[in-house]
Amino acid sequence: MSEAMAAPKTQAPRLYGLLAEFETVDGLVAACEQVRDAGYRRWDAFAPFPVHGLNDAMGIKHTKLPLVVLASGITGATFALLLQWWMNAHNYKLIISGKPLFGIPAAIPITFELTVLFSALAAFIGMLAFNNLPMFYHPLFRSDRFRRVTSDRFFIAIEAGDPLFDESRTTRLLEQAGAAGLERVEE
Amino acid sequence: MRGATINPALENPGVRTPLIEGQNDFATITETVCGIVERPKPPRAWYAMLGVSMLLTGVLFAMIGYLFFKGVGVWGLNSPVGWAFDITNFVFWVGIGHAGTLISAILFLFRQKWRTSINRFAEGMTIFAVVCAGLFPAIHVGRVWFLWFVFPLPNQNMIWPNFRSPLLWDVFAVSTYMLVSLMFWYMGMVPDLATLRDRATGKVRQIVYGLLSLGWRGSNRQWHRYEVAYLLLAALATPLVLSVHSVVSFDFAASQVPGWHATIFPPYFVAGAIFSGFAMVITLIIPARKFFKLHEIITLRHLENMAKIILATGSMVGLAYATELFIAWYSGNPYERFVFLNRMMGPYAWAYFIMVGCNVLVPQIFWSRRARRSIGLLLGASILINVGMWFERFVIIVTSLARDYLPSSWGMFKPTAVDILTLVGSFGLFSTLFLLFIRFLPIIAMAEVKSVMPQARLAQGGHAGAGDYHGDIPQQHDAGRAESVVREGLDRAPKGGRR
Repeated sequence: MSEAMAAPKTQAPRLYGLLAEFETVDGLVAACEQVRDAGYRRWDAFAPFPVHGLNDAMGIKHTKLPLVVLASGITGATFALLLQWWMNAHNYKLIISGKPLFGIPAAIPITFELTVLFSALAAFIGMLAFNNLPMFYHPLFRSDRFRRVTSDRFFIAIEAGDPLFDESRTTRLLEQAGAAGLERVEE
Repeated sequence: MRGATINPALENPGVRTPLIEGQNDFATITETVCGIVERPKPPRAWYAMLGVSMLLTGVLFAMIGYLFFKGVGVWGLNSPVGWAFDITNFVFWVGIGHAGTLISAILFLFRQKWRTSINRFAEGMTIFAVVCAGLFPAIHVGRVWFLWFVFPLPNQNMIWPNFRSPLLWDVFAVSTYMLVSLMFWYMGMVPDLATLRDRATGKVRQIVYGLLSLGWRGSNRQWHRYEVAYLLLAALATPLVLSVHSVVSFDFAASQVPGWHATIFPPYFVAGAIFSGFAMVITLIIPARKFFKLHEIITLRHLENMAKIILATGSMVGLAYATELFIAWYSGNPYERFVFLNRMMGPYAWAYFIMVGCNVLVPQIFWSRRARRSIGLLLGASILINVGMWFERFVIIVTSLARDYLPSSWGMFKPTAVDILTLVGSFGLFSTLFLLFIRFLPIIAMAEVKSVMPQARLAQGGHAGAGDYHGDIPQQHDAGRAESVVREGLDRAPKGGRR
């Protein structure tokens, strides 16, 4: 029992993947094309700002986020209309200067606002959820050179979990792709 | 580096002025912007301004406390003038906020890349202005302990709020606006907070910025979803910002008071809001640019563009004033005619002419390029415009209420000291929040600025010389290189992505 608990401590740290550094946008995009064409799946590129053309170079599929936002917007509109009808025309009939208890024109402003509110919440929360954020620990944060990813450097990380990953072959691929620096990152 | 550079070697010889001036690359942008937050001590002027602002904020809350204790009688309100400084301040502050959303959302949709240098700043201004705005309707209700009746919550009377009232629409519009602006601002800031986290040296900074940046690591799979979410938020915020001031104008337009009951109000209010908001951006950005030496990021071109928007929206406001006068005459309605004559010649004529002078005449100086590029004139004009726009709301609200239908029920409004101190105090609250923002958060959207720099562009054909091309990488400005970039680009083009 005690041996089993102590075991993980003595084990050598597992390899998370290989981290390659690039100095320019062009270098990153060209390297991404090579990694993509080599057939890797579990890898990612990192940049201080969204790089145009990188999605194609990486072969990323378009996110489903817009559909989530649309669905949420429709929910917001329906909720707003039902809310106004139920509260003013059904649950407690509020008679105000002979106006109809419920009418679409007067319900539009609040319906519009709640549509926007629901959609915006879905866009924000959906983006975080799809991106697995917040995530306060990540193996890449162990790398000192990776700190420059939010300032002026570009990176590619290929995970050891990728079926094609082979330390020597993947290293060669990244070197050939023009990496200015290469690093093993441990979990 | 003034104006466009003509380079006949390129397909499009007229290359635009660069958005970022000087010998800058990604690292220098990070250094300049983070440097503001990371310097161990802010300039002494910052402490002085924070001291004054906090004092005024104290005054604001003291006045609010006094108001709660004594009741709304401490203001100069009376019958018939039941709305005066409170609602004027509310409309004024909401309006200020609109420029921030315009810059961050509408200019984003229009692909106006110059917005990247000023959007964070303007969005911050939006949030703080809406905080100040939200305060006034809340404190003006009289019995503040019933304020929660505005929300559709079950209450002891078993009655729900009246959803057919523009005042309730306003509650929904302003709260939605606040929440959406906050999300937009924060989401835009996450990558820059991550930059601060990665540069942090102390434990406290590392933890605080680490928590705020949510573990952002600039992965392209994240950037992809981030950009889609940003675009969606911009597309949602655009109609939202137009709706907010339209709904605010319904508070007036849906009533029957002469001078308020006008169909022109929604567009007129929106134009005025953007106008005043841009003036406030200029008022705030000029000192910040000077204190923190941001001349290369916030260039004269940015200020000039803002001056052009001020000129355009100021002229729209002028057109709205003229249309109101025309309609008052053309309607043939004697009360309507009287209200406008009374505004111009009655006891509040001085306020009317401050309004016209500051809002219509002052911005006309921006027809001159020299005025648009003069820091002094920009600052002076923007302050006058803020004054003018406050008076616009005062004129609309108070002159219409003071003399409506029956001369026997006319009455004059005179502000009390509490009225004036509350207004002054709200500026204190606004500037306190703003000063804290420029000290602790990244005031320039670094990630976005980097993406419009020439270094961020691929050397592929279709980028050099194209519509959104804003200059070359500094120091490599010779025609020979530009030409080779184009040729190289043409060679590479067919190899492109997977499309």
